[in-house]
Amino acid sequence: MPVHLSARLCALALTLLLIAFALPAFAGPFEDGVAKFANDDFSDTEEAIGVVASSGNKLAFPIISALQDGRLMADPDSKKVYVTGTDGKSIDAATGEAVASVPDSASAVRLNNRLRRSVDAAIGSLTLQSPDVGTRLQAAQSVFKSHEETALEAVDAALAKETNRSVKAALGDARAAILLFKSDATEVEKLEAVATLKARGDQEALALLTGMGDQPASVTKAAASAISSIQSSLAVWSGVQNAWYGLSLGSVLLLAAIGLAITFGVMGVINMAHGEMVMIGAYTTFVVQEVIRTRYPALFDYSLLIAVPLAFLVAGAIGVLIERSIIRFLYGRPLETLLATWGLSLVLQQAVRTMFGPTNREVGNPSWMSGAFELGQITITYNRLWILVFTLAVFAILLAMLRYTALGLEMRAVTQNRRMAASMGIATSRVDALTFGLGSGIAGIAGVALSQIDNVSPNLGQSYIIDSFMVVVFGGVGNLWGTLVGAFTLGIANKFLEPVAGAVLGKIAILVLIILFIQKRPRGLFALKGRAVEA
Amino acid sequence: MLSKSTHDIAASFSRRGVLAATAGLMLGLASLTGAKAADDTIKVGVLHSLSGTMAISETTLKDTILFLIDEQNKKGGVNGKKLEAVVVDPASNWPLFAEKARELITKDKVSVVFGCWTSVSRKSVLPVFKELNSILFYPVQYEGEESERNVFYTGAAPNQQAIPAVDYLMKEEKVKRWVLAGTDYVYPRTTNKILEAYLKSKGVAQEDIMINYTPFGHSDWQTIVADIKKFGSAGKKTAVVSTINGDANVPFYKELGNQGIKAKDIPVVAFSVGEEELAGIDTKPLVGHLAAWNYFESIKTKDGSNEKFIKDWQAYTKNPKRVTNDPMEAHVIGFNMWVKAVEKVKSTDADKVIDALPGIEAPNLTGGVSKMLPNHHITKPVFIGEIKGNGQFDVVWKTPGLVAGDAWSKELDGSKDLIGDWVGKKCGNFNTKTNKCLGSGS
Repeated sequence: MPVHLSARLCALALTLLLIAFALPAFAGPFEDGVAKFANDDFSDTEEAIGVVASSGNKLAFPIISALQDGRLMADPDSKKVYVTGTDGKSIDAATGEAVASVPDSASAVRLNNRLRRSVDAAIGSLTLQSPDVGTRLQAAQSVFKSHEETALEAVDAALAKETNRSVKAALGDARAAILLFKSDATEVEKLEAVATLKARGDQEALALLTGMGDQPASVTKAAASAISSIQSSLAVWSGVQNAWYGLSLGSVLLLAAIGLAITFGVMGVINMAHGEMVMIGAYTTFVVQEVIRTRYPALFDYSLLIAVPLAFLVAGAIGVLIERSIIRFLYGRPLETLLATWGLSLVLQQAVRTMFGPTNREVGNPSWMSGAFELGQITITYNRLWILVFTLAVFAILLAMLRYTALGLEMRAVTQNRRMAASMGIATSRVDALTFGLGSGIAGIAGVALSQIDNVSPNLGQSYIIDSFMVVVFGGVGNLWGTLVGAFTLGIANKFLEPVAGAVLGKIAILVLIILFIQKRPRGLFALKGRAVEA
Repeated sequence: MLSKSTHDIAASFSRRGVLAATAGLMLGLASLTGAKAADDTIKVGVLHSLSGTMAISETTLKDTILFLIDEQNKKGGVNGKKLEAVVVDPASNWPLFAEKARELITKDKVSVVFGCWTSVSRKSVLPVFKELNSILFYPVQYEGEESERNVFYTGAAPNQQAIPAVDYLMKEEKVKRWVLAGTDYVYPRTTNKILEAYLKSKGVAQEDIMINYTPFGHSDWQTIVADIKKFGSAGKKTAVVSTINGDANVPFYKELGNQGIKAKDIPVVAFSVGEEELAGIDTKPLVGHLAAWNYFESIKTKDGSNEKFIKDWQAYTKNPKRVTNDPMEAHVIGFNMWVKAVEKVKSTDADKVIDALPGIEAPNLTGGVSKMLPNHHITKPVFIGEIKGNGQFDVVWKTPGLVAGDAWSKELDGSKDLIGDWVGKKCGNFNTKTNKCLGSGS
């Protein structure tokens, strides 16, 4: 009997083994794991990621990266899972065999944040030895972030082969992060890990060191000293960061105010519709991007460059129209101008609301305006950097225009002494129209830049009008340099006050400071002297 | 000095300008509906801002009510009478809300008003509805701590949105450190007070809570996002609970995306960001950030009620891309409850309808049936959704059943013993400890 039974069992086992080899789709932990993706349950998916990532199967990477991109399709009825390639071809995830088409009942396997972290960690450990340097660096960084013990072997293997310096450093950091949290790592290894993280010295290193939990006394002590050294260096960097944020805010203020510095500062027109010119510039950008999106998608990265001259022309033309039809009748009557331009701003807002709808319009960031880079321990976002550069360029061009062109000369002449200029043969009313058009056009350009950081809605202009007047009055009416200095002073002061007082109190403090300042110097930072003052 | 006088003149001017515009609009609407004879119609007031800052959110709600009235009239109206909309524009101007409410009730003689978005506007019209004894349906999630006889709250109370969202983060994402970021006004402040008390009751230390307020329309988020990043680097899982309202959300999310804060590192759960708000943003960098609502457009229903609603709505607005959102659903529920109540008492008399409403049930758009409670709040399911690349939400969690709205928060010392009960106790702030009604004095 027993002989019989064991022989039978042997035969059975053999058959099973044969089947397993012949039909891998129906057995094995890998296939079972893959099938779990079809359950549409977050914990099953998590289990499946673990199984697939550690399986060593060559399909592991295609499956996990498809999961990350939403290309992993699962059919809840047949429990079959498919990988759709970026080229549109699909394979069966369990066997790797090509399939003609994915059934309609299949849908992409869903992820939540917890799963996205496991996917990142899995991809990290799977791509540590990728031939591409960028991929390897990213892989090392995601292993650093997840610092799971299971990745240690892969990290060590990759470290031994790595030749690129920055990838090697990232791998070293990842190794340190893993060892710090590994319960059975030796004290020496842990001390080394602390030293590595201290040398890294950024917020992520700080996070690991503060969150490492119970450790031997010597490690705790070393960590404490590392933490305080990182913190003190970060404190210095946060000062630098505030200064940068201040410059960036200052550039936005300057950009919004620079057109007003012409219409209000140079011409003396209290132009409440200035914000709406900014808004029109932003909507011009939106229209340009819409056309590009539907007709010439390849040009998207150039959309802003195309929008800048168009916004200048559109806003400038509207400015000239406003000056000719309304403002020229109101020179010398500030209260009426104020009321008329305010009414006009409402008309323009409602017109845009009727044309484009009350909701925000999506203006995309071209690739060169997205993302950020690290400079030491601070993050500098590209959109802010480009806006700063752009603002300074606009300012320089405007200044040069006023100083070196004939139109600039005429503008200055008319605003300094209208009657004298007229008797010298300057067509003052033409110059008025062009000056107002120039101010409005520059506001339009500002709108192109502001569409990158703010809402494109009919209310866009309203949020900038008060700030713009503040900057021009603070800097000194009639002086472009005053506007520049005023904008950056207010921006930097605001950003150093904000961390201390909070955004709300910071803004109030700035307003109080301006009120006090204007009491002392009613004409702002750079007051114009001479006869022009009373003109 | 300049800006002070500017402001005063500007304010009065803007009001007049808007009045004129509104008058024009109303004329247009009146001629559109074509219903003139007052006796055989029931008038329904719509009090939503169609201009100013809140127009972005409220215009859709005006359209929703017009759509619902249209559908109801196709079915023959209510009690044999057609419904007629009276639309006014309070122009995002809080005192103007009160004026317009008075105009609707006394001049236009509306039977019910659907309106308001911000809590300030609701507080501004409250005395008017009390004095003139009319009915207001308020469709937006709010801070609670209120139960009025003349108001029916169809949006979420904090225990129907904020508390479940925090629970989700605690359980699913194992969050230990909290940033409570909000716009500086009554809703975020009260909600954050409730959340702070709740988090502390769950053992979260003071140092693990960071509270931050910003002005309306804040656009420079660099410092705050950097602060959040710093706060999140203390070795504990961190999340942001956002009560940031309206326009300020777009630059906030843009800055998050640009500074590289991904949802998988520091998730943001928002209470004021829905499908409508996302329509203005490129959502790819935001994938995985969360929102808590009682309704999402993407929810599939077994009976197809949501799908049908979306289809009819897009057909009505002649815009196949028009999205739906949570406050719209609240209006749908509120409107249907009101219709049922009016049909039940066969009258539009305010007292009769107010007494009939508690207990009335109406299907919501997510496959359940909501019920009006004695405290004038309703029962709702709570969903947590993750932002997807296409501007829609993917529901990752929901409450097992419907949650009853608490008018008074159980987390705050000042209100934990209070209940609203307009059926038995005839009181909006009944103290269950002392067995006394505090009345309107509190």
